[in-house]
Formats: sequence, C-alpha cells, structure tokens
Amino acid sequence: MATTAKSRRATNDPLWLRILLIGLSIGFVSVLLVLPLVVVFAEAFRAGVGTYFASLNNPAAWRAIRLTLLAAGISVPLNLVFGVAASWAIAKFDFPGKSFLITLIDLPFAVSPVISGLIYVLLFGLQGYFGKLLAAYNIEIIFAVPGIVLATVFVTFPFVARELIPLMQEQGDEEEQAALSLGASGLQTFWRVTLPNIKWGLLYGVILCNARAMGEFGAVSVVAGHRGSTNTIPLYVEVLYNGWNAPAAFTMASILALLGLVTLAAKTYLEWKVNQQLHDTLEPTTAEATV
Amino acid sequence: MRLALKHHSVLPGFGLTLGYTLLYLSLIVLIPLAALVARSASMPIAHFWETVTDPRVLAAYRLTFGASLIGAAINAVFGFIVAWSLVRYRFPGRKLLDSLVDLPFALPTAVSGIALTAIFAKTGWLGQYLYPLGIQSAFSQLGVTIALTFIGLPFVVRTLQPALEELDAEVEEAATSLGANRSQTFWRIILPTVLPALITGFALAFARALGEYGSVVFISGNKPLQTEIASLMIIIKLDQYEYAEATAIAVVMLLASFAILLGINVLQWWVGQGRLKRAA
Repeated sequence: MATTAKSRRATNDPLWLRILLIGLSIGFVSVLLVLPLVVVFAEAFRAGVGTYFASLNNPAAWRAIRLTLLAAGISVPLNLVFGVAASWAIAKFDFPGKSFLITLIDLPFAVSPVISGLIYVLLFGLQGYFGKLLAAYNIEIIFAVPGIVLATVFVTFPFVARELIPLMQEQGDEEEQAALSLGASGLQTFWRVTLPNIKWGLLYGVILCNARAMGEFGAVSVVAGHRGSTNTIPLYVEVLYNGWNAPAAFTMASILALLGLVTLAAKTYLEWKVNQQLHDTLEPTTAEATV
Repeated sequence: MRLALKHHSVLPGFGLTLGYTLLYLSLIVLIPLAALVARSASMPIAHFWETVTDPRVLAAYRLTFGASLIGAAINAVFGFIVAWSLVRYRFPGRKLLDSLVDLPFALPTAVSGIALTAIFAKTGWLGQYLYPLGIQSAFSQLGVTIALTFIGLPFVVRTLQPALEELDAEVEEAATSLGANRSQTFWRIILPTVLPALITGFALAFARALGEYGSVVFISGNKPLQTEIASLMIIIKLDQYEYAEATAIAVVMLLASFAILLGINVLQWWVGQGRLKRAA
C-alpha cells in the first residue's frame, strides 16, 4: 500500500499541472486544428442550405467531382496492387538490398507536392524530354487528365505498401507454409490465408491512399495548368476562391472536409481492428512458446 | 542465382511480385525523379547559381526555412504537451483529442488553406481581434508561419507518444526515492530519454513544412520578396515555361529535405546503437 502511494507520487503530476497541461492541449488543438474544420462548414452554410446545394449543382462542380473520382479510381487500385505485390516480395522472402528497396518505396513521401508535379512536367511537358514526341502524336499528358492521374499515383504511391510491409513481416509465413503443405495452390493460399490476415491493414492503407488522392492539391496544380477541364475538387476550390466566390469555394471544400472526417473516423476504427487482428494472429505462437 | 536470392522459402510468386514491384517503382518514381536529376545536371553551374541566388528566390528560401523552423519549434513545445497529456493523463475526451491530432493529415491542404485564411484575415474569425492589436495574422510572414504550424503538429505528437509510453516508471520512482523532485526528474531523466523522439518529430515537421504548398498559398498573400514561399517560386517559373530555373529551385529544396531525413535516420541508428550497448 505504501509503495503504491509512493509510486503514484513519483510518476503523477500535481493536479494544477495536470489541469494546466490538459487545458493547453485542448486549447491548442481546438484553436489551430478544430477551428479550421468548423469554419469550413460555417462558411459553406452561411448563405443557407439552398445556396449550398445551388453551388453544388452546376456543371463545373460536377466536372470537378467526376475528375476527382476518376483520379482516385485509377490511382488507388494501381497502388493497391503494387502494395500487395511489394509487401509479398519483401515480407515473405529474403533478398539483398531489401531495406534499400523499402527506402525507395517511401521516396514519394519525401518529395514535396509541387516537386512531385514538376518531375512529370520535365518528362512530358512541352519542353520536357518526351514533349516533342508526344506533340508529334498529338498526345496530351501535361495540362490534361493523364497528367493529373500520374501525379496522383505518385503522391499516393507508398500508402498501401508501407502499411502492409510491417504487418506481413510481423505475421510471418507459417500459416502460408501450412496451407501449401496441405496442398493449396499459391493463389488459393493468398486468397484464403494471407488476404484474410491482412484485410484490415489493407483497408487502412486504401482509405489513407484514397483521402490523399482526392485531396491532393500541389502536385495536380502543377500538371493541370489553368484549364476548366482539368479541375479536380481541390483545384476548383482554388479557382472559386481566387474568383471572389468564397461561399462556393467553401461549399466545395466542405465535401473534402467531410471526406477528411470520414477518413479520420475510419482510420481510428481500423487502427483498433489492425491491432486486434495482429494480436489474434500472434496469440497462437506465443501460446505455443509457453507450452 | 535463384536459390541464392530465395534462400529456403517454399512460398511461390517471388519473381513475379518482386519483378512487378521494381517495374512499377521505376516507371512511377525512379524514372521521373531521374529526369529531375538529369535536368539539373545539364544546367551550367553559373546559371544554376544565378537562379538560386536571385534576390526573389533567396527571399523565398529565407521565409520557407525560417517559418518552417519556427513552426516546427512551436510544435515541439505544444506537441510535447499534447503527447504528454494523452499518454500520462486520463480525462474525458482523451480519445477524441487523440483522433483530432490527425486532422492536418485528414484535411486536404487547399481546404485548410482557405479555412486558415478565413480565420486569420482582417475580417476573419480571429483576425478581427488580432488586427486591432497590430498583429497582421494573414497575408504576412506570420500567416505563413501559422499555416506551417498547423500542418506540423501530428508529426511531433505521433513520434513522441510511443517514446513516452515506453518510459520506465521504475526509473522515475528511483529518481524520486533518491530525493529528486518532480522538475529534476523531468529535466534529468524524462527529457533526455525522449529527446531523440522529440528531435525526430521536430525534424519531420520541419521537412514537411519546407515542401508545403496548399495550406500556405492562400494565407500568404504571395507578395514578391515578402511572402512568397519556395514551392510557389517553382510554380511561378513553370508558368513562364522556365523549366531549368524551376528545376534548380526544386533541387535545393529536395536536397534540404533529403538531408533532414538522412539526419533522422542517422539519429535513429545512433540511438539504436546506444540501446544495444546498454543491453549488452
């Protein structure tokens, strides 16, 4: 009893300090992080619900929404397939240069948004390495939809892979080996054993990947030029805002903010799920070890 | 060759998955980045130097590095307080606060950009109280700093949380039983232990701020020589089809952020070595 009281005194801060620090935390997060979120919705609905839906319901807004869905619809599956392939190779096999490969996969996160767009302009822009060739065949990549898709693929490149690699490394390959020795084919093993084990982590990576794909601004801004036909939702927000149409800009922004909130909620839930699943799959091995 | 690579794994699909990984990585990431390197390498040194030391570009670098540094420093202080509160205390709304820390990751940068402007502009939610006090909180260098502080907080909190959770309560108890008071324990025991994590979080927030674009361009006002950031200078050069100049400005920024990330890795390795030694 005496020791618990003593240890509590040793690691616990006095009440006034606790209240001060918790107050500072809540204050800082509220003013700097939560207030912007509140402002987006307040400004979007300032002129009333009617105006809100009126500014959503116009061709330019729908075009932006369609293009955003297209860019995310292409880049998420591409990076999903890549993420699964890369994590299978890295987590299930040993080969030289593995940690270097992981570093290369993370590389797009170290490149800033504007530079992510720039590299594609240098390749495919009018004065880029392939610019003349593309112009000769009348293929437009920069200032067109393909450029937007490419830039989106680049900035969301590592999301699924970096989620799956540590997860699959921790899970090991004993279950897969067991399935194979019982006569399952490679694909069967993947679908029936590996995929169920990684599904929550996979979903987590996909959700983060999707949020970034739909919300990316800097990279797509560089490759989009300033054309109405290449506006994604974030780019259209900028056009409206700089065109002194703040209410409509906040209306479009509120869609993205809503996406952000859903992502945040899903992320919190999935983090819990991933931990639970990791716990479940690791449990039998630890039980075995103690026996 | 095949055996040497695969060792003893019986699982199939190694060649296929690794081959696809390398192909896709090369097409999307390595070749485009090589274009950046090639472009800057083909540029005469004199022209490169002239571009990156142009007064307008230098002003942009100065603002970007300065505001990023201040933002990261603010986040180091408040990020520590937030992480400490989340790990050490139990209070109503703790889980919610924990999730809200990720808001800057979840909100698209353009959305935070116009929202921060609406808050800190002259007639804005907070700006209307700050401007009369002589604090120009938007379309100024202060505005840039506010935006760069906004985006950096999660980096510090998320790197500090696990380090604080790992802190050994026994060490603190020992310090107290040997007569140290709470503040001595904090400065001599707790802070040195979590310092590598704090520095890592600070560096990540700093690196992120260096390249930030969307959340800054709206609140910065983009006045030449005053409130233009480096990312914007790249875009301005591209708009004028000055690819080489844009590349030169970008290469400096990219080298800076790579240097920071390399520094973080060296720090982590060094801390890991220390742990190993102590364990042995």
